[in-house]
Amino acid sequence: MTIERNARLREVQSWGDHFRFVIDAPAIGRDARPGQFVMVKVSEGSAPLLRRPLGIHDADAAGFELFFRVAGQGTEILSQKREGERLDIIGPLGRGFTVASAAKGRTAALVGGGRGIAPLFFLARALAAAGARPVIFYGGRGLADIPLRDRLEKAGFEVRCSTDDGSFGFAGFITALVEKELARVEPAVVYACGPDPMMKALAAITARHGLPAEFSLESVMGCGIGACWGCVHRIRNEGGDGWVKICEEGPVFPGERIRWP
Amino acid sequence: MAVTPKPVDLTTDLGFLKLRNPVLTASGTFGYGLEFEPYLDLAKLGGIVVKGLYYKAREGNPPPRLVETPSGLINAIGLQGVGVEAFAAKVLPELRRLKTAVIVNVCGADDDEYAAVVEFLDRQEGLAAYELNISCPNVKKEGACPALSPRTTFDLVKRIKAASRRPLITKLSPNVTSIVEIAQAAEEAGTDAVALINTILAMAIDLETRRPKLGNVYGGLSGPAIKPIALRMVHQVASRLKVPVIGMGGIMTGADALEFLMAGAAAVEVGTASFIDPDAAVRIVDEMERWCAAHGVAAVRDVVGTLKTS
Repeated sequence: MTIERNARLREVQSWGDHFRFVIDAPAIGRDARPGQFVMVKVSEGSAPLLRRPLGIHDADAAGFELFFRVAGQGTEILSQKREGERLDIIGPLGRGFTVASAAKGRTAALVGGGRGIAPLFFLARALAAAGARPVIFYGGRGLADIPLRDRLEKAGFEVRCSTDDGSFGFAGFITALVEKELARVEPAVVYACGPDPMMKALAAITARHGLPAEFSLESVMGCGIGACWGCVHRIRNEGGDGWVKICEEGPVFPGERIRWP
Repeated sequence: MAVTPKPVDLTTDLGFLKLRNPVLTASGTFGYGLEFEPYLDLAKLGGIVVKGLYYKAREGNPPPRLVETPSGLINAIGLQGVGVEAFAAKVLPELRRLKTAVIVNVCGADDDEYAAVVEFLDRQEGLAAYELNISCPNVKKEGACPALSPRTTFDLVKRIKAASRRPLITKLSPNVTSIVEIAQAAEEAGTDAVALINTILAMAIDLETRRPKLGNVYGGLSGPAIKPIALRMVHQVASRLKVPVIGMGGIMTGADALEFLMAGAAAVEVGTASFIDPDAAVRIVDEMERWCAAHGVAAVRDVVGTLKTS
C-alpha cells in the first residue's frame, strides 16, 4: 500500500456520465491485482470529507486506470478533474479475485452490472495471461450504461451484452442472459461485480449449478484500510455469520460465504 | 546565512504519563494501531488509544454504519471488536514492540464489565493508561451511557480508579446539559485526566425512502463540523478542573490542535482525520512544531491555556 499524493492524471475518456482515468502512479500500478481498489481524495477541503473507494480498472508498471460513473458528490467532483492534474490516492487495497494457475485452458464467466464492469477488465486481462478464456457478460439498464463494450471487444474478449430496456443486446437482466448461456459457455468459474440484487440473483444461479463464484462487494467506506469498521457485510465464517470488513477481507468474497440481505 | 531554528520541545507531561508529543490517536479511528504501520512511523506519535475494548467480542451494529454530512461523518459502528482475551493474545504482543505509549479504551455493557476489563488488562504488561469510555453513543438506546449523569460517572470512575493499577483517563460525552458537572464528578471520583469530546449524537434522513441513513438510526457525529463545540467544551472544562484535559473533536491540522491547547488541553487526540489521511497524526505533529518554531515558542506546552479572553 502506498499513499501517492502526486499521481498525474494522464488521460481522461468519457461517455456521458461514465469516465475512464489513466493515472501515472508506478508504486500503485506495480502492486495492483485484479479486484483491488484505491481510495481517492476528490477534494482538498471537507466537502466531501472522505475519500472515495474505486475499483482498479487496469494496471501496469506505469500506473493504473479507473472507470466510474458519476453517482454522487464525490464522483461528480472527480469527473471534473482535467488531464495533467494531480491526484492524492491510497492503494492498492483489499483482497482481489483469485486467478488460479488451474484456470489454464478453462473458461471463466465475468459478469459486470453497469459500473461494476470496472474491475473485470483488469481481471479478464489477468485471466487471459494465465491461459484462461474469459467471457464477459456486461449488462445495464440501457445502452448508455454499457459504454465499455467496444473497449472490451477491441481487447479481444468475447463480450455478451444485455440491457433491461432492450436497447442493445439481450433484452432483460444480465443474470437471465448468463443463465441462458451457461450450457454453451460452460464456465469453470464465475466472477461478478455489480449491484447487490444482480449479484444476489447470480449467487443463486451459480449455487444451483455448483459453479465456484467470486463476488466483489461495494460499500461506503470511511478509511479503506480496516480501521473504521464502517464497511461491513454479513459473511459466513468458521464460527458462524458475522459483520466482516469489505475493505480488509474483501472486497472480493467467495459466493458461498456471502449472506445477501 | 540562514539561522537554524532551535528545535521545539514537544514533550508533554500529563503528570501520570510523559508523552513524546501531545498528539494521540483517538479510539475507534485508529483500529488497534497496527493497521496504520504501513502508512506512518507509529513511534512519532505521542501515543495510540486503541479501539474500545469490551470483555467479550462484540458484533456491532447492522449497516449502513457510516454517513457523510457537511464537513462531518456520522458513525454507528457499535463497538464491533475482539474481546480482551483475543486482544491480549493477538494484538497486545504486537503493540508492545511499538515505541509509543499505548492506551486502551475500556468499555462495558455495565459497571461489572468495565471492572472485568480493567482487572484483566491489569495483569498484562505494556500499557500506559486506560481511557474509560463512559460515553459511546452507539451501543444502547438513544445514546444512553454512564457519562450522561454526574452520579453514574462518579460511581463508575470511583470503582474503576480503585480497582486499577494504571492511570485513568475518563472520556466524556458532549450529549449532556452541563459537561462541566460531569467532568467535576469524574475529577472528584479520582480520575487522572479527562478526555473530551466523544461524538455528538446525530442522525441523517433519506428524504425519498423516509428512512434513517444509518442502520442504528442514531450515530455519533465527528469531523470538522464538531470542532467549535469541542473547543468550547474543552475550554469550559479546562477552566474549572485541576486534572489535565485531553481535547479532541474535528482536529484535521496542526492549527486545529494548537487551538485546543490554547483552550486549555494538555494533549489532543486526532480522530476522523486518520480515516482520510492515515498519516494525519504525524503531519499534525510536524505542523504544530513548525508553528511553534515560526512563533518563537520554545516548548509546545507553553501554548497550553494561553487563550486571552479579556
